[in-house]
Amino acid sequence: MRAYRASIPAGKAYLWGMRPTDLLKVLPEGLYCPSADVFIDPVRPVARALITHGHSDHARAGHGAVLATPETLAIMSVRYGANFAGSTQAVGYGESVTLGDTKFRFVPAGHVLGSAQILVEAGPLRIVVSGDYKRAADPTCAAFEVVPCDVFVTEATFGLPVFRHPPLSDEVQKLLHSLAQFPQQTHLIGAYALGKAQRLMALIRQAGYEKPIYIHGALENLTRLYQAHGIDLGEIRKISPGDGALAGEIVICPPSAIQDRWTRRFADPITAFASGWMRIRARARQRGVELPLVVSDHADWDDLCRTIQETGAHEIWVTHGAEDALVHWCHVQGLRAQPLHMVGYGDEGEAEPPLAQESGLL
Amino acid sequence: MNRFATLIDRLAYEPRRNAKLILLRDYFASTHDTERGYALAALTGSLSFKNAKPALIRTLVSARTDPVLFGLSYDFIGDLSETAALIWPAAARPHDDVPEHPSLSTVVETLATLGKAELPNRLAAWLDALDETGRWALLKLITGGLRIGVSARLAKTAIAALGPHAPDAIEDVWHGVSPPYRELFAWAEGRGPRPEHSDPAPFRPVMLAHAIEDSDFDTLDAKDFVAEWKWDGIRVQAVSAADEDGRIVTRLYSRTGDDISNAFPDLAEALAGINAAIDGELLIIRDGAVQDFNTLQKRLNRTAVTAKMVQDFPAAIRAYDLLFADGRDWREAPFGERRARLNQIVREHGSARLELSPLVPFGTWDELRAARRDPAALGADAKAIEGVMLKRADSAYLPGRPKGYWYKWKRDPFTVDAVLMYAQRGHGKRSSFYSDYTFGVWRTGPHGDELVPVGKAYFGFTDAELRQIDAFVRRNTTNRFGPVREVTHTPDEGLVFEVAFEGLSRSTRHKSGLAMRFPRIARLRWDKPPREADRIDALETLADGAAMRLAVPSETDERIIE
Ligand SMILES: [Zn+2]
Ligand SMILES: [Zn+2]
Repeated sequence: MRAYRASIPAGKAYLWGMRPTDLLKVLPEGLYCPSADVFIDPVRPVARALITHGHSDHARAGHGAVLATPETLAIMSVRYGANFAGSTQAVGYGESVTLGDTKFRFVPAGHVLGSAQILVEAGPLRIVVSGDYKRAADPTCAAFEVVPCDVFVTEATFGLPVFRHPPLSDEVQKLLHSLAQFPQQTHLIGAYALGKAQRLMALIRQAGYEKPIYIHGALENLTRLYQAHGIDLGEIRKISPGDGALAGEIVICPPSAIQDRWTRRFADPITAFASGWMRIRARARQRGVELPLVVSDHADWDDLCRTIQETGAHEIWVTHGAEDALVHWCHVQGLRAQPLHMVGYGDEGEAEPPLAQESGLL
Repeated sequence: MNRFATLIDRLAYEPRRNAKLILLRDYFASTHDTERGYALAALTGSLSFKNAKPALIRTLVSARTDPVLFGLSYDFIGDLSETAALIWPAAARPHDDVPEHPSLSTVVETLATLGKAELPNRLAAWLDALDETGRWALLKLITGGLRIGVSARLAKTAIAALGPHAPDAIEDVWHGVSPPYRELFAWAEGRGPRPEHSDPAPFRPVMLAHAIEDSDFDTLDAKDFVAEWKWDGIRVQAVSAADEDGRIVTRLYSRTGDDISNAFPDLAEALAGINAAIDGELLIIRDGAVQDFNTLQKRLNRTAVTAKMVQDFPAAIRAYDLLFADGRDWREAPFGERRARLNQIVREHGSARLELSPLVPFGTWDELRAARRDPAALGADAKAIEGVMLKRADSAYLPGRPKGYWYKWKRDPFTVDAVLMYAQRGHGKRSSFYSDYTFGVWRTGPHGDELVPVGKAYFGFTDAELRQIDAFVRRNTTNRFGPVREVTHTPDEGLVFEVAFEGLSRSTRHKSGLAMRFPRIARLRWDKPPREADRIDALETLADGAAMRLAVPSETDERIIE
């Protein structure tokens, strides 16, 4: 476990004297804005928090006041119950709130339903905290918008040039082709409960698949929430004991369930997994995946680099993921760049649990 | 290349034999002639590319990428071809100038004639044209790293599935055909004549034995059978004959039909001119004594065959059976006749490298049981014997594993009581079960007695026992590492397995210093506390004292073959 770093080395002095590190600091709880007395995506309970999106490593229960998009607030109350915070305030896309003398604006991040980047403005200084984001098409959430800024705070989950997500239609075709080739087998797909699962359903529908899609009970509430937000996912059925072995059907479940005893009810299931990590063969094999589907809700390497350039930022802070490579790339581009070494993020969306070095065992 | 890449990508993840077969069959059925022929060649290991070395790939990638990013990526992935395939940046070019994907045929045919100096540019152009999976497949193919769990036999079985012929029939013509196998496909699909052997020394599918069950002795009559020693070497087929120009062709095949002549040039030379196809066991025979499998392994482990190796590890064949001689197929003849002719051939050839494997005399099953227990009493090299083979005296030589003709009666396995330490999830049908077990025995450590892992086993138990072990693992997990669980293993708490195994040898690659051959779970000892499991000393004594063998495909190791 690496310790957080409490300070960001001084940037250049800005016109009116405030440095980026005065506006946002890294504290053990997360990114903190002293002038507004508010944290962004804190990993511990705090008095006041801005939340970028509903994934559990960014959105935690137990804060005093929470400001987030209405969709994110809805997701949090599905996950944690209605009383997940002392008070809540919905801030829609494009809207701003002013706390102290600092203005915060929520802008779509394209990551999951309700996900937002937060533009932090104090005088002429603009910092964008992007949370988790992607640029690829996603029919289940608003598309990422580029916000010009001085400092861009980015994730780097897939911050290595080996991660270039393939065209989504190819991955969905891989699945549909396997269904045609192995019609006697259940196709069991592990997908994260928030975002990935629903996006996958929507992509499967776009490819013309019309049969019911079956889901594990753990996906039900969030999937219903997406549908309640007007997202068309076709017929989604929660698995019930009477469904039998579901040969030739698509079943979506949380990743933790793909090798669970729960799967024994199915017809010799082909195990699929939808994740950007499926690009790496060893990762797929370690998880016993037979049909890896490279579908990610995070920006790939090319999109991380492109986004950094498009924001026009001259300083880049990297929150979590493969920071080294992205920071190196920024330096080569002549950009100031820092890893923030923030602890506690590793998105539920796509972080991997540590795997044993097998060789150590025998 | 793209369709081939998609195929091998899917095969590489697929654990089920039947699913692999369907993937292969569908590919062969829907792919045009030349392309599928080269795919078959690639899958059966019939292609090799001399000039494509890992260093070349490294150079090409380095020229296009930032070295720091390449280094970080390679560290992350750990496989050069895969890293190169994923990191390869497309060359900048106008939109209407999309390069054409090279077909597998283009790749194979181009590389056959391309000069070494032209290779880098050609390879870079192909990498530009392919996507990630295509690049991975190309790099794996040309560097010889295409290990996707498909045996030559499975590929041939898929060819058989295209039409009316049995896999053995495909095997029969296999060595007379060559890439891209047009006439083979035509025949397999019922569109053309059977390809005639142009090869004077083809492989013929081997006959395999069933393991004998105790109950078999009640129904089988000892008088109908002959017995021979089952040697612990490599089952081979040696074939030597003259081609149309009178040139002698000699080949050694593994039991799956792989040509292994290059690994044993000394033996091939000694067998030249036998003018026959012989089934036998390849062994190291030094000063008239058969060496144990461990010694043979030393020769197998070397990549290059040196004069010293040939001298230190002289290879020979103990002949079991005759398949072809005198211009005729002997497989239809009864064993007794084949054996008599084989005897003459071996005697006439007069080489110390070719011996007749002696028969084991017996009149009753009890006499054979005694012989099997003590081969040395009959003057045999006991440490290289893994049991006896029973053959019906009147049986023809039938390819495959037909029931009722040949039986293997292996020496009793060794057993050890060991403690379950780690359990890992299985694959395919077993993926929801913890079905792969690492077990250990006691040794004296710096802080008292501790368990040291000595092996892994993933079969030997019944389905009901698997469910019991799985439940035990889930209830007694002390730590998790991805798909692996550490299971309670203290002197008082834990699960003891009676593990059966075929042999043991010293090994520097294992933590315990021991390598176990063919371990499997013989019994679950719920009754036994872990403290009563065996100690490593007992195994060490066994490894040093007895004649020990190490895992390499033998007739028992089915899973290594396929
Ligand atoms: Zn996220
Ligand atoms: Zn995250």
